Amino acid sequence: MKIVVLEKQVPDSTEISVDKNTGALIRDGVPAITNPDDLAGLEAALQLKDADPSIEITVMTMGLPKAKEMLDESIARGADNGVLLTDRVLGGSDTCATSRALAAALEKVGFDLVIAGRQAIDGDTAQVGPQTAERLGVPQITYVDEIIKIEDGKITVKKALDDVDQIITCKLPCVLTTLSGMNTPRFMNCNDIVDLMKEDKVKVMTNADLGLDPSLVGFAGSPTSVKRTFTKDVSAETNTYNLSEQETATMIAKTLKEKQIITK
Amino acid sequence: MDFNLTEQQKMMQKLFREVANGVVKENAADVDEQERFATESVEAMRQAKMLGIPYPREYGGAGADYLSYILAVEELSKTCATTGVILSAHTSLGTWPIAQFGTPEQKEKYLTDLCTGKKLAAFGLTEPNAGTDAASQQTTAVKDENGDYILNGTKIFITNAGEADVYIIFAMTDKSQGTRGISAFIVEKDWEGFTFGLHEKKLGIRGSATRELIFNNVRIPKENLLGKEGKGFRIAMQTLDGGRIGIAAQALGIAQGAIDEVIPYVKARKQFKRPIAAFQNTQFQLANMQTQVDAARLMVYKAAMAKENGEPYTVLAAEAKLFAAEVAMDVTTKAIQLMGGYGYTRDLPVERMFRDAKITEIYEGTSEVQRMVISGAMLR
Repeated sequence: MKIVVLEKQVPDSTEISVDKNTGALIRDGVPAITNPDDLAGLEAALQLKDADPSIEITVMTMGLPKAKEMLDESIARGADNGVLLTDRVLGGSDTCATSRALAAALEKVGFDLVIAGRQAIDGDTAQVGPQTAERLGVPQITYVDEIIKIEDGKITVKKALDDVDQIITCKLPCVLTTLSGMNTPRFMNCNDIVDLMKEDKVKVMTNADLGLDPSLVGFAGSPTSVKRTFTKDVSAETNTYNLSEQETATMIAKTLKEKQIITK
Repeated sequence: MDFNLTEQQKMMQKLFREVANGVVKENAADVDEQERFATESVEAMRQAKMLGIPYPREYGGAGADYLSYILAVEELSKTCATTGVILSAHTSLGTWPIAQFGTPEQKEKYLTDLCTGKKLAAFGLTEPNAGTDAASQQTTAVKDENGDYILNGTKIFITNAGEADVYIIFAMTDKSQGTRGISAFIVEKDWEGFTFGLHEKKLGIRGSATRELIFNNVRIPKENLLGKEGKGFRIAMQTLDGGRIGIAAQALGIAQGAIDEVIPYVKARKQFKRPIAAFQNTQFQLANMQTQVDAARLMVYKAAMAKENGEPYTVLAAEAKLFAAEVAMDVTTKAIQLMGGYGYTRDLPVERMFRDAKITEIYEGTSEVQRMVISGAMLR
């Protein structure tokens, strides 16, 4: 069985600050990390491999050449190999163009299961996983919180929604999108780091390898354009209430639910 | 001459930082306060396959180099010196003698479990009356009619005692031969007659298990003699040469860890309407501290590379440990001073680092022993 885990290298959002004058994000010197939802997807795949070592895990990303370091780190955590889609033609892709390239690459490398993180902490669209599934013409289960079992060509997972959990069984091949809270990603390990230095396990693919029309990928193939980015103003407005303890507790709980800070 | 880490060493360093900041750091204060073993740290090291870094893959090790292991001790010790010494005592004192002097059977039986972290190792040389004068061993191992040995005696101040499963123990097999009458043995934790004394209550590295080993007619099968009979003292001294690089790395980590705590503090702490980082005293103290630490780092890495490359490293290791330990004492003292009353409290980690630093001037050869080793080589 072959699992392909889709990953994205993102700026560590806990390290980003905002320029006080322009309101723009200061990205200089911010370390790049593997998107947390994607790391959960990798860990879920590695747990399946722990139980069945015959499983092959490929990590795949589209990005700048330096995204290879992320794939290498995933291999150092226990993935078998990586695929890096990198090409100037692929630059500037929106989710539509990204999923087109990823789907083409997935068809080239083959898969029984694709696991993508729910969304990236920089773009926050949650679109690439589902779009990729649509382009591949396979079923998708989003917001996966637990992989329960894989049996007889079917996968059973728990999908976590705001107020309910769903247990879903689906035929393979399919695409899952995973939540960062579903597990604790393991560390890299020294043995896999040593092995990685002996053999480059990341295959680089360009658009020529994908065979896609250059007008359908990258900036040219992206219908989305960003009109403006800005930081939301923080309002100093404060509401004051005079309530009993019971009423206060009810109100806090209700407000937290409304703001989706708690879900149950 | 190349002062740069290799790609492999850099990636390992990143892993060690993730382990240190992801697991080790959050438990460091509790490990110290409760004087408890750093179980979470050991589990994280096991997962990251850090317990056999410089040993061959065929015995479960990572097959990496000695400097990579030294980087691990340094990074761990930045946040928790207890965790640093657990790894150091396991890797360079407990495991190395088996990797270096063990028979294929001994390696098969012990090395694999130690390198994979299934078991932990410790080293027992020091006795109540044999500290710096390690040659005056009173523990005895007497051969019986089957060729097995009967071990009697007491070891003191043993790191990882009680937590380790495998112990390298030194004992007199022939008192008339002096140092040539000392032999090394591999002893297992659960053998009959082998018990542990109380936990020592220490100034620093309080989570490190430091206990007495008590041997009362412990039968050691003859196949557990490590190296040849009478070669134990040489094995002990060679092992300590390597161990010293580990302790030097621990001292280096403690010192850098203290600086790393001080920097954000002096930027945030305001007195006289200015951050104290704006005062020249702060700036000059910090410059001195970092310069000392960087010098120590070069010495520690050089000793590690000499060992890795099979060059003589006894003097380099002694110099590195002597210097790094004194730097750790000096830097942690100054770190508390820069943080004033807050630095003196147990709410912030520098007072712990200050307490932890002191042991690096004492164990695996005091600073005086290091001076004897260095000057001994100069005056030979």
